[in-house]
Amino acid sequence: MNGLTWKYALHRIGIYLLTILISITLIFVISRAVPGDPIENMWRQLEMQKGQIEGVDLIIDHYKELFGLNEPIGIQYLKYLWNTVRFEFGVSFVHYPTSVSSMIGHALPWTLGLGLITTLIIFIFGNGIGAVFGWERTPKFIKTIIPSSLIFTSIPSVLAALFLLSIFSKNLGWFPLAGAYNSNVTQGWNWPYIASVIKYGFLPVLSILLVNIGWTILGMRAMVVTIGGADYVRLAQAKGLKPFYILKKYTVRNALLPQLTSLALSLGGLISGQVLVESIFSYPGMGMLIFRAIREQDFNVIQATSYMFILITATSVLLIDLLYPLIDPRITHGED
Amino acid sequence: MKKTDFVENTGVEVLAEDGCKKRPPKDNPWKNSRLIIGTIILGILIIIAFVGQLFWDKTLVNVGSSPLNLPPVGNEYRDQIGNWAHPLGTDNSGRDILALVLVGLPHSLGIGFVSATIGLTIGIIFGFSAGYLGGRVDDVIRLLSDTTMNIPALLILIIIQSLIPNAGFFAMALLLAVFAWQSPTRVLRAQVLSMKHADYVKLAQLSGSPDQEIMFKEMMPNLMPFLISQLTAGTSYSVLILVGVEVLGLGSQKIPSLGITLNNAINASAILRGMWWWWGIPTIILIVVFMCLLLITVGLDEVSNPRLRDH
Repeated sequence: MNGLTWKYALHRIGIYLLTILISITLIFVISRAVPGDPIENMWRQLEMQKGQIEGVDLIIDHYKELFGLNEPIGIQYLKYLWNTVRFEFGVSFVHYPTSVSSMIGHALPWTLGLGLITTLIIFIFGNGIGAVFGWERTPKFIKTIIPSSLIFTSIPSVLAALFLLSIFSKNLGWFPLAGAYNSNVTQGWNWPYIASVIKYGFLPVLSILLVNIGWTILGMRAMVVTIGGADYVRLAQAKGLKPFYILKKYTVRNALLPQLTSLALSLGGLISGQVLVESIFSYPGMGMLIFRAIREQDFNVIQATSYMFILITATSVLLIDLLYPLIDPRITHGED
Repeated sequence: MKKTDFVENTGVEVLAEDGCKKRPPKDNPWKNSRLIIGTIILGILIIIAFVGQLFWDKTLVNVGSSPLNLPPVGNEYRDQIGNWAHPLGTDNSGRDILALVLVGLPHSLGIGFVSATIGLTIGIIFGFSAGYLGGRVDDVIRLLSDTTMNIPALLILIIIQSLIPNAGFFAMALLLAVFAWQSPTRVLRAQVLSMKHADYVKLAQLSGSPDQEIMFKEMMPNLMPFLISQLTAGTSYSVLILVGVEVLGLGSQKIPSLGITLNNAINASAILRGMWWWWGIPTIILIVVFMCLLLITVGLDEVSNPRLRDH
């Protein structure tokens, strides 16, 4: 454990746990603050829209018992907390009696896969491209492209997704319109399946990537320009080291750390963007799950999925925070 | 306009730092192209929306008020030719796209602006208190912002909105503001910390001015361009979340907005049906709005931070 002191780690983990606690509490308070009983309301509303539901009183009773809605609010809160921590979200209102946890279990791998790949590409390529653009040896005509690319970073990924879907799937027919894999291919570790997963995931990844990679590029470029003037880089140049070696070992290495921080800060936005992009491409992840649940007014699913997204965001940020001191050479002796 | 005041205030600081006597007129930081282009385009859009509302029938946003699936002027779609009665076409339930845009744009921007204003106000109070007073106050405010910062606003709002489906203008703005104060608080705290030891602050302290006066009368005017850039950035952030919530099918269905129009288009598979105007026009307008807000933010950052200016 190089720079990762116990004090730092405990502080971060404390913040993390508090974030989760606040989120759970917030969700609890919101759902209880609404006038009336949320479960009863939901079922009555469903009944009004879709006609008589068989045994609706029984279902409501079942839910009230499951969530202990007849108990004092303090007990309710503790039970809710305990259930949430165990990922026990009850059953779906609409797809009864499928449990919410199993719905999330099916969707989670797709969401994690999509998010992880997108974030990795953004971080690796964004920083690579940014370093090249900031490097003093890069030809000028390449450098001038950059400021104009800034403008695209303001586009929300959901709007980019609409355009990409329309152009490349609808008009050109290069990519499928919906889904995550070709249903005619047998699932498993075979090439046709993997190829179809890549093909189906290409546009969703691209729409998040296109509009978010700009910030990483710009940040890296600024860092490389700043560090390029530092004394230790000058010394390295004076020693006669090869310019590219200096860029790689002296400049980029030091620039990566602040970039990691900004990645942690932007994760919330990236994940929110993914929720929307998944629903545009009908990608079978948790974003799509939310989208469908909202349409079906399946509150249990909405609540559980939102919580899972919050958990994923907070956990990723925590991991990045804990990773930071491990790779920062400057605070290796920070232990006290 | 208070613009001249800002220039003077920031100008004095910049001159003192640069050590030069007089700024050549072309160096006026307020005259940077990004700020001007962003402000003009956004201004034109807002004016068109408000003036358009006076001349265009607003009841056309209602379902069934117009023919169905009509393309924009000069286009043909399934045997229907677009005409000037509905220049931007209509959707599949007979809503006029032009009316939707005219009513929806100021609505979305307005909610974003109000929520950003509330968020910034909280940010100013918290940021100044944390940075200037320090100590316990700082600890509490930092803990509060650190713990809530990583909660994605969109997902909490999804839960709230699915329980309270028809939140009005101010309720929506307030809900968004809950997630709009953390960033200004952090940034302002850092700014105040760096300004705390400036000579004029020390002078004010020595002359016995109360803390509030030093914070808000001495320090805040120097941060003006910075504060406005926080406001435009915050507006952009709030509109982004608002559009996200609406695209998912939440948000008040009573008032038409760009995000809800997009949700209707997605639900009706407008893309597959080739009705590009239905989703494309709101999308392009939103993209232009986001670009303008970014240009203004970047332009204002250049005003408040001389190092960012092009040389």
